[in-house]
Amino acid sequence: MSASKTERLLNLLIMLLVQRHYVSKNRIREILYADAPSTDAFEKTFERDKDELRSLGVPIEVGQMDAYFDDEPGYRIRADQFALPEISLESDEASVVALATRVWEHARLAEATTDAVAKLTAAGLELDLGALEIAQPRLTADEPSFDVFWEATLARRPVTFDYRRPGYDLPLTRHLEPWGVVRFSGRWYVVGQDTDRGEERVFRLSRVVGPATMSGPAGSFVVPPGTDVREAARRLAPSVPAEEAVVLLRPGAGAVLRRSATSVESDVDGPDEETPWDRLRLTGAQADELLAFGPDVYVEGPPALRDEVVARLRQAVRAS
Amino acid sequence: MSTATAGAAKDQVGRLLRLVPYLHARDQVSLEEAAQVIGVPADQLDKDLRVLFLCGLPGGFPDDLIDVDLDALEGEGVIRVSNADYLARPLRLTPTEASAIIVALRALRSGADPDTREVVDRALAKLEAAAAGSTPLVDPGDDVPGTLALRAQLEDAVRRRRQVRLTYYVPARDEESERVVDPYGVVSHHGVAYLDAYCHSADAPRLFRLDRIHEATVLDSEVTTDPHAPRDLSDGAFGGDEATRVTLLLQPEARWVEEYYSVEEVRPRPEGGAEVDLLVGDERWLQRLLLRLTPYAEVLAPAHYGDGAADAIRRALALYDHPAG
Repeated sequence: MSASKTERLLNLLIMLLVQRHYVSKNRIREILYADAPSTDAFEKTFERDKDELRSLGVPIEVGQMDAYFDDEPGYRIRADQFALPEISLESDEASVVALATRVWEHARLAEATTDAVAKLTAAGLELDLGALEIAQPRLTADEPSFDVFWEATLARRPVTFDYRRPGYDLPLTRHLEPWGVVRFSGRWYVVGQDTDRGEERVFRLSRVVGPATMSGPAGSFVVPPGTDVREAARRLAPSVPAEEAVVLLRPGAGAVLRRSATSVESDVDGPDEETPWDRLRLTGAQADELLAFGPDVYVEGPPALRDEVVARLRQAVRAS
Repeated sequence: MSTATAGAAKDQVGRLLRLVPYLHARDQVSLEEAAQVIGVPADQLDKDLRVLFLCGLPGGFPDDLIDVDLDALEGEGVIRVSNADYLARPLRLTPTEASAIIVALRALRSGADPDTREVVDRALAKLEAAAAGSTPLVDPGDDVPGTLALRAQLEDAVRRRRQVRLTYYVPARDEESERVVDPYGVVSHHGVAYLDAYCHSADAPRLFRLDRIHEATVLDSEVTTDPHAPRDLSDGAFGGDEATRVTLLLQPEARWVEEYYSVEEVRPRPEGGAEVDLLVGDERWLQRLLLRLTPYAEVLAPAHYGDGAADAIRRALALYDHPAG
């Protein structure tokens, strides 16, 4: 073909964009693919060209030329679907948008953010980096399966993956309609409908074993209206006790507990007289973090927490 | 056509679809400036324009083609493009682009003060409107705002080569200490941020977890050590100096350790537990970990490495079994 490929792609795009109606395949061939040696060659090239334009984000629609004859497909690009809607940003808004390009520490999404900003710049946005002093968060996504879940969430395609539950060696294969991905304390989770169990579930991406794969066409499922992925993840995640705990600490110990305490009472009576004791009230304390302080902490209550701590200590002593 | 040019043609079309609206919004632009904004070398942009010049409406008449003023391009190095009104707007954001930028802004929002947050909210509303329908169900979460402000403060100190006084909590010793450091930079590993710095108390480089820095003051004094790029943590190169390889036997309840710390090797046991090798730099750190895992972990090797923890467990139990008074 004589014309360069870029020229052909751009001419195809312009042709479909400026027509009010669908353009027939025959006409497209006549104008842009006149030197195709055969119908097969034309079909093949035309298909590939459409795919490439679509992968750039160009919305090519397929429709019928004529309501009465359904044998001739036509193509068009609707200007309102093609073009970025009018968007005007104040200069301070433009500054935060510019900062957004530095947030992702994930190659593909950093690039996608930069591409988005490039389009906004093309639309007339003037970027001004550094006009705004703001603490700059970084988003990382080290989990190998992150990209698949991200993609599947956007496209609404089901995902199949092997998942290792904590405490079990053998991963189980799971099937999920992913509604959204959400980050807690630097780790990513996916929330969705587990189609084997028929229930909503949350999975931690770092526990996905091996590759996750998408199946089915885009738009395979509907996310229940009003779904709040963050709220769902919190609801489905193992709960953190909110009950108030009362513990005694030796002076100087447990700096980290002292920082989160709602009250500290100094110099109280404790289980021994080696040192004085301080009484702390804490919310959300768990046996693990209290056990870490060994004989420097004494749990007064609630009874369930105290019993758990004592039982775990006793089990350890019995085993040794 | 060769396959080598396949991706190149697509990329070129993508660039032209950004270039034309960019030029359309401005009367004329120098080749250099446009190349910088579009992010390609000027000679590539020159080639792009010479292809654009051949494109246009399907009529085949000269008037149908996009007009690129080649005289201006060759003479003054200035780009003027006309007769391309139908390409005046850039392409819509793809779902991935829209999501990536919206999620990045949501992350910025969580670290911002109320005034900035208001600006971010305005920008987000406009972008979400422009992305109509593809608003992502992705939530970047709330970083602890204190950590974000701290990070900005430390990065500022790195830039200005200033020393920093840290109040740092060392869980291994359960104590807070003050020290002056020469900051190298902030690095992340598995979602946890660390300050890499030269510690003048230890007279050695050290990593400090940001969430354990309880206070940081940027001093007026300049750093006294040579500039140093922060270390790369991605290969798990965690202060391996003088570390001891310790083998733990973990019950299923304690196996979160495998994910939480960087472990050398995991050997699952048939009954559900696992033998785990990890490098321990500080025996007191290991003791805290063992206490925390009571009774689900024991030390298999080296011998006696777990004795301190076992003794602490006995003394802790004694508090409940034989309360004095």
